[in-house]
Amino acid sequence: MTDTPAIELKGISKSFGPVQANKDISIRVMPGTIHGIIGENGAGKSTLMSILYGFYKADSGEIFINGRQTQIPDSQAAIAAGIGMVFQHFKLVQNFTVLENVILGAEDGGLLKPSLAKARGVLQHLAQEYELNVDPDAMIEDLSVGHQQRVEILKALYREAEILILDEPTGVLTPAEADHLFRILEGLKREGKTIILITHKLREIMEITDTVSVMRRGEMTATVKTAETSPEELAELMVGRKVLLRVDKTPAKPGKSVLEVENLRHTDSAGVERLKGISLKVQAGEILGIAGVSGNGQSELLQVLGGMKTATGTVRVNGEEIDLTGRYSDGQSRRARGISHVPEDRQHEGLIMPYTAWENVAFGYHHDPKYQKNAILMDNAAIKRDAEGKIERFDVRPPNANLAARNFSGGNQQKIVLAREIERNPDILLVGQPTRGVDIGAIEFIHQQIVALRDQGKAILLVSVELDEILSLSDRVAVMFDGQIMGERLPSETNQTELGLLMAGVTQMPDKDKPLIHVVDEQLDAQKEREAKRHGHS
Amino acid sequence: MDKMPAWADAVLVPLISILLAALISALVILAIGHNPVEAFSIMVKESLTSSRGIGNTLYYTTNFIFTGLAVAVAFHARMFNIGGEGQVLLGGLGVALVCLYVPWPHWTLALVGATVAAGVFGAAWALIPAYLQAKRGSHIVITTIMFNFIAAAVLNYVLVNMLRPRGAMEPASGPFPEPTHLPTFQEMFSTADTVLFRSAPVNVSFFLAVLACFAVWLLIWRTRLGYQIRAFGHSESAARYAGISPVRITVIAMLISGGLAGMMALNATMGEAERLVLNASEGAGFIGIAVALMGRSHPFGIFMAALLFGFLYQGGLELAFWTGIPQQLITVIQALVILFTGALDNMVRMPLEKLFLALRKGKA
Repeated sequence: MTDTPAIELKGISKSFGPVQANKDISIRVMPGTIHGIIGENGAGKSTLMSILYGFYKADSGEIFINGRQTQIPDSQAAIAAGIGMVFQHFKLVQNFTVLENVILGAEDGGLLKPSLAKARGVLQHLAQEYELNVDPDAMIEDLSVGHQQRVEILKALYREAEILILDEPTGVLTPAEADHLFRILEGLKREGKTIILITHKLREIMEITDTVSVMRRGEMTATVKTAETSPEELAELMVGRKVLLRVDKTPAKPGKSVLEVENLRHTDSAGVERLKGISLKVQAGEILGIAGVSGNGQSELLQVLGGMKTATGTVRVNGEEIDLTGRYSDGQSRRARGISHVPEDRQHEGLIMPYTAWENVAFGYHHDPKYQKNAILMDNAAIKRDAEGKIERFDVRPPNANLAARNFSGGNQQKIVLAREIERNPDILLVGQPTRGVDIGAIEFIHQQIVALRDQGKAILLVSVELDEILSLSDRVAVMFDGQIMGERLPSETNQTELGLLMAGVTQMPDKDKPLIHVVDEQLDAQKEREAKRHGHS
Repeated sequence: MDKMPAWADAVLVPLISILLAALISALVILAIGHNPVEAFSIMVKESLTSSRGIGNTLYYTTNFIFTGLAVAVAFHARMFNIGGEGQVLLGGLGVALVCLYVPWPHWTLALVGATVAAGVFGAAWALIPAYLQAKRGSHIVITTIMFNFIAAAVLNYVLVNMLRPRGAMEPASGPFPEPTHLPTFQEMFSTADTVLFRSAPVNVSFFLAVLACFAVWLLIWRTRLGYQIRAFGHSESAARYAGISPVRITVIAMLISGGLAGMMALNATMGEAERLVLNASEGAGFIGIAVALMGRSHPFGIFMAALLFGFLYQGGLELAFWTGIPQQLITVIQALVILFTGALDNMVRMPLEKLFLALRKGKA
């Protein structure tokens, strides 16, 4: 190993209007290492990487690649400097094959055939070397998310990237797929490639990185050797104070059954069956966690129960059946039945972003008599008073009810939604992705609120793609795959591996000598095939 | 944090846009060999300096307030109602039927009856596109513009075959009876010695328009319905989450929008023409779009924008009358104002936002 860093940034600053996204950031990434960058949402990680990849121009500062000062005005320059980027949201053409996507923008000439032939050779070589197996002739839309990500990595490697930046790469993967990704990264590192891994998951940092840099509010607060630190220390560096990483909770005392779902089926507007006969039960005073890779029907389950979508089957609340299709199947009638709903997508569902905080406090409860002045006018003053109380009790910052929802951070937006839904004292709370895009400090608070509601004897249905969150909050865990519930486990009697297999639709524990990823791959391929067949018939 | 103070957004941006439009207009007038300063002073003199000019200006303003409010209410529910023309025509039909066939004892009662009729007819004409949008997903822009043509055809048929007095050559209804005539400003404000607003068409329905501004403000920002309309307009998925029915809000918002457009007929048909003519809308249905855009869909902004367009209309007519500047050029000037305040809004807004950010940063 040499002493010349593969990437060195010196004094990078960047501001957007009054917001300083990066403040005098200096960082050295040594070649042949995996360097983690961790920080809360809005800490400036993505901005920094965008500067490195030529999307933004830094206001000041210098970039050195392999010791040589380099200007990166656009992404072409970044590629030329040997930098490859794998975005959180893939940039793939859905109806192109893998090969076509790989050569897109890197064609050798006007005719495609020679480029395709060359790419096929390179891909074969890469597949062997790094376990990056993908069928070069498959359409992107037919590939699982994990495979699509491999295509993104292949794209970068095909462009001879020596430095690979991955932005939150595991957000959409099953644990087995994530493990496989990490093996790929280890392989790349052995070949001398430099990898920058951006993530907010402490576990991943601890597992795979050599060095980790922590960002907070646009500043680089520390760079430490991973072996010499701990998750607790990193969390403290990220947030700026001590954080409780584990959820403190007592064993549940489940009471009577509050929510009973039987054979719930939902078909979306494209004719695809998203819920294929879901049955579950949530008792008072317990949290049922629904685990699963996103897109396997969890969203639809919440939306059906929350009255946003229609379905067939039976849902009973406190023993009484509720209407799933007719006049009384909307958000209003669900609320009247004691169901509160913290939706997965707070920006497009839970809140009206241009509305002020106080207007949002009435959202969904705008028919409440206490918010009305008379038959015609709403009592805005009363809503404001209510909002101010909620803001105080849920520690929303800044404590300003007149601020538009879009001007709060993700965590504080979520607190507004939670305050609104929890203080309705519901019998059932539906919660989707409670801490997505929420900073660590707020996560702790939000988890405490959910557990507190459980301890008041409420039934809670929790949907999350974060397995850690599911395992630490839930009293029971159900795993969803392809619109079905694959099984139920107790958090104390299961582990990430077992849940990960269920999330990929594998119900039988596989042979010991067969690598897990192959089992998962087979299962996902079989599902894609089934879907393709179904589309063929329709 | 908002990018610039509210006053800059509400006042400065439109003001600069208007100045830019005026500048280009001046160049155009210069190009055809006239003196822009003279032209501008004629426009001001004939529309703002005499009570007669003001009366004419306010007459147009009244039209634009109604159609501007109509577009704005639909905007708040994120719908683009460009069917104002048709809704105005149908509103006029409603007014005509009520005025012609109901024996009103006094204009006040007639005004109430005509208001209801204009609203109901205008709303009914908006109902069909609204229903098609809500239930069938037919785009409201397409359907409302189509309904303008249908409305014109319907009005033509009704005027020619039903309302036209026997023997008359013109496709127009007979004159409305005396007790339905609305008091004009001339009748209301002139004293024995001084005649004000001489022969200006502005009438009592101007006050109705001002009242409508206030009512729309209350509706949008103070009532539960307005809360739901705005919520739906910002995010349909969020509205669904809250249990706000998209179908219901779409239909109701369009009914209100159509009703407001229809009420323009109170001014033009009942107040001014005092009979129903073929071109009863005078193009105000389309001007309403510009007025709503410029007024940022806020009733106060709409009032101000309607004043501006009233001035442009009245000033433009006088300009054609007093100078050799052709009437078409007036349309060009109006189009420039619409272009700058509506379509090119961001051209002014973005540099201003940058300026304000730089100023704030300088202070911080």
